[in-house]
Amino acid sequence: MDDIFNNLDSFVDGFSWTIRLTLVSAAFAFAIGVLLTAMRVSPVPLLRASATVYVETIRNTPLTLVLLFCGLGLGNTMQLQFSDRVEWDVFWLAVVGLSAYTACFVAESLRAGINTIPFGQAEAARSLGLTFGQNLRLIVLPQALRTVIGPLGSVFIALTKNTTVASVAGLGVQEASREMRLLFDQGQTDVLVVFIGFAIGFIILTLPVGYFFGWLSKRLAVAR
Amino acid sequence: MNLLQQSQASVLFDAPGPKARARYTVYSVITIAALIALLAWVVIQFDRRGDQWAAEKWTPFLQPETWTAFILPGMANTLGAAAVATVFALVFGVIFGIGRLSDHAWVRVPAGMVVEFFRAIPLLMLIFFTMAIGGPLGQALTFVFAVPFRIVVDPFTAVVIGLTLYNGSVLAEIFRAGINAVPKGQSEAAYSLGMRKSQVMRLVLLPQAVTTMMPAIIMQLVVLLKDSALGYIVAFPEMLRAFTLIATGEQNVIPAAMVCAVIYIAINLSLTRLAIWLERRNARRGRATAHVGAAPGVDAAVAAVPAASVPTPSVQPDDTPEPVDRDGTDPAGPDAPGGGRPAG
Amino acid sequence: MRVRRIGAITAAAAAATLVLSSCGLVGGSAEYESILQKAEETGTLVIGVKYDQPGLGLETPEGPVGFDVDVATYVAGQLGVTPENIEWVETASSNREPFLEQGQVDLVFATYSITEERQDIVSFGGPYYVAQQDILVAADNNDINSPEDLADQPLCSASGSRSAETITETMEIPAQLREAGNYSECIELLSGGSVAAVTTDNIILAGFAAQRPGELRMLNQPFQEERYGVGMPHGDTETCEAVNAAIAQMWEDGSAAEFLENHFGETDFAYAEEQPDFEPCPAA
Repeated sequence: MDDIFNNLDSFVDGFSWTIRLTLVSAAFAFAIGVLLTAMRVSPVPLLRASATVYVETIRNTPLTLVLLFCGLGLGNTMQLQFSDRVEWDVFWLAVVGLSAYTACFVAESLRAGINTIPFGQAEAARSLGLTFGQNLRLIVLPQALRTVIGPLGSVFIALTKNTTVASVAGLGVQEASREMRLLFDQGQTDVLVVFIGFAIGFIILTLPVGYFFGWLSKRLAVAR
Repeated sequence: MNLLQQSQASVLFDAPGPKARARYTVYSVITIAALIALLAWVVIQFDRRGDQWAAEKWTPFLQPETWTAFILPGMANTLGAAAVATVFALVFGVIFGIGRLSDHAWVRVPAGMVVEFFRAIPLLMLIFFTMAIGGPLGQALTFVFAVPFRIVVDPFTAVVIGLTLYNGSVLAEIFRAGINAVPKGQSEAAYSLGMRKSQVMRLVLLPQAVTTMMPAIIMQLVVLLKDSALGYIVAFPEMLRAFTLIATGEQNVIPAAMVCAVIYIAINLSLTRLAIWLERRNARRGRATAHVGAAPGVDAAVAAVPAASVPTPSVQPDDTPEPVDRDGTDPAGPDAPGGGRPAG
Repeated sequence: MRVRRIGAITAAAAAATLVLSSCGLVGGSAEYESILQKAEETGTLVIGVKYDQPGLGLETPEGPVGFDVDVATYVAGQLGVTPENIEWVETASSNREPFLEQGQVDLVFATYSITEERQDIVSFGGPYYVAQQDILVAADNNDINSPEDLADQPLCSASGSRSAETITETMEIPAQLREAGNYSECIELLSGGSVAAVTTDNIILAGFAAQRPGELRMLNQPFQEERYGVGMPHGDTETCEAVNAAIAQMWEDGSAAEFLENHFGETDFAYAEEQPDFEPCPAA
């Protein structure tokens, strides 16, 4: 256990980056995901097509490659600089990649949610004279969101774990798995103890989130 | 029938009149302009910075030696590792998925803990750990599998072990959901015929579960294949690593990453199409496709469903019949275990 | 019973893959008393080199090329193994010790620094070259002329490498670290201007500089020694002595200088021209 407590600061340091990456990326991923979903059900065929192409492309690319494009393509080749401090610069680059990737899964979940809404709902809305935007905003999306809270929780948890990839792939965010690897490389600690310590860290991060979303999805379930 | 499918036939919006049609044309034009602007920005920036479109950065991919020396061996390693990991993960998934359904608590509880633990841990951490503890782990594996030679933990083994444990745990949940989705009458009928528990599982439940879960299983294999790209971090010579080596020699990181992405997308899209085709076939044969546990907290399937495994299996191609039991009152939404409507 | 068939196939495939995937991992030279004996009796060697380091060991369609590869070929030649009987294997930094321990390679020539911890697990011949840590910057960067100038500058090094820590912790220069997956990513970041400098062993930096003539500049202010040895199984005295004799011969007849000139002659890298002092071989 000493191996954990003696290295508590690298533990805390690593997980603080993990949590920041997760929360910020989740917010952006959700926003982009909703936008993509709106595009996919919109009356303009071109918007529908471009959203589909986006989702199918990014979803089928390994996250490692997506982040590599952010680190070397966006950050380096295209000179997109977010901050003078390297650690914040790579943080925001990682956020771009993680949100772009996660947004696809948010969009897919929402689409599945829209599938479950009886179309009488939308028809009724139209017969009241609601426009497409109103229909989506007031009738369809609120119901869809409530039905997919469970899957969205899973996407959120997957995102938490995916932040580890930002430690490699040309970015080098110093999140938890990187700190764990550093302790391994230094060779002064028991590998098994350190691994279990960091594993418990991730379980603590993901388990309550899972229960929270489970509770929420039950509470907000649409009774039909 | 569902909303999305109807959206072409305009459920969310009325059939456009002349004014609306004009407006949509304007939107289309704006979209095109935005897309072209974005594309132009990327193209120009890539050109200005480091001359990424220079012919000499792309010609290596036209030379057969690049393919025979780097890309094809890399692809073989990626597919090989994915294939080996798939086989082990399926075995792991069946064992632990059935284990979690056991009547004996001493089987059910440990199986559940193993599955939940490995679903909560990032794959990258598993790979790092496997590499770091390689020596003792190799000995342990040699002992456990009782093979007449020493198992060596090299990058290949580390990647396969990581992929197996993680995806195996997810598959265990898929199998469990699939078995749960088989109507109760099936096993009751089997028991009444005098079958033993193992026979019911083997002859009645598992075959039906595998068939209904096939699309979800294949989608998980897409995840597995994509995740094998993490092997490049521990210098396992898979496809991404092969492209890294090309980039080191030819100094064309960006072009190499683009070609690599295209290949991955092609492979994964074909696997996705296969899943969709299977789902359609299931639907034609009157079986619904069950969906795996998304509602964390509802059951023990809490910790972590991987990014793709939850949303994707539930996504229906636009013209398949609706997957979810809409008339049911399942509170967990479209992806709840057993949310499918098995037509036994 | 289609599914049962699928189950049977899966089980058979599991067994087959277990056997096949593991069979490829055995082998090596357990049946010989020393690597030297294997070389003499079979005339073949399995040699581990880097595949991703230009100038030292870089994979090409014709096989790996570089200084380490040349040295390995020369030493193998002295042990009686012709170039076509050498089997090259990639040994990344993380798997050099396991590969030697488990007999997947006979010798390792892979920028393999001799350290005390490693000597507990494997033995070393040589060193055949003493590299030193140095810093690489863009050719048109006139602001950085010594390690001290790196204060507050973005500095790249590969993940898993300690080179950057030498600067930030041992030398206490507050550079901003950027970790990349490997050094070729670092060089990409340097050419793009995302980082101001890259640090690691000077011979590795020179290999990258040679790929981009005129674009990159080495400070040539070395500050930390890395003695590159020939990795071999632990306690293999006989082979160690034979390897040392071969290395001495290589420096004496001018081959070493020729290899260095071939790979780094076009750069401003001031490579060593003398044979380094050997480490004692393990006691027989």
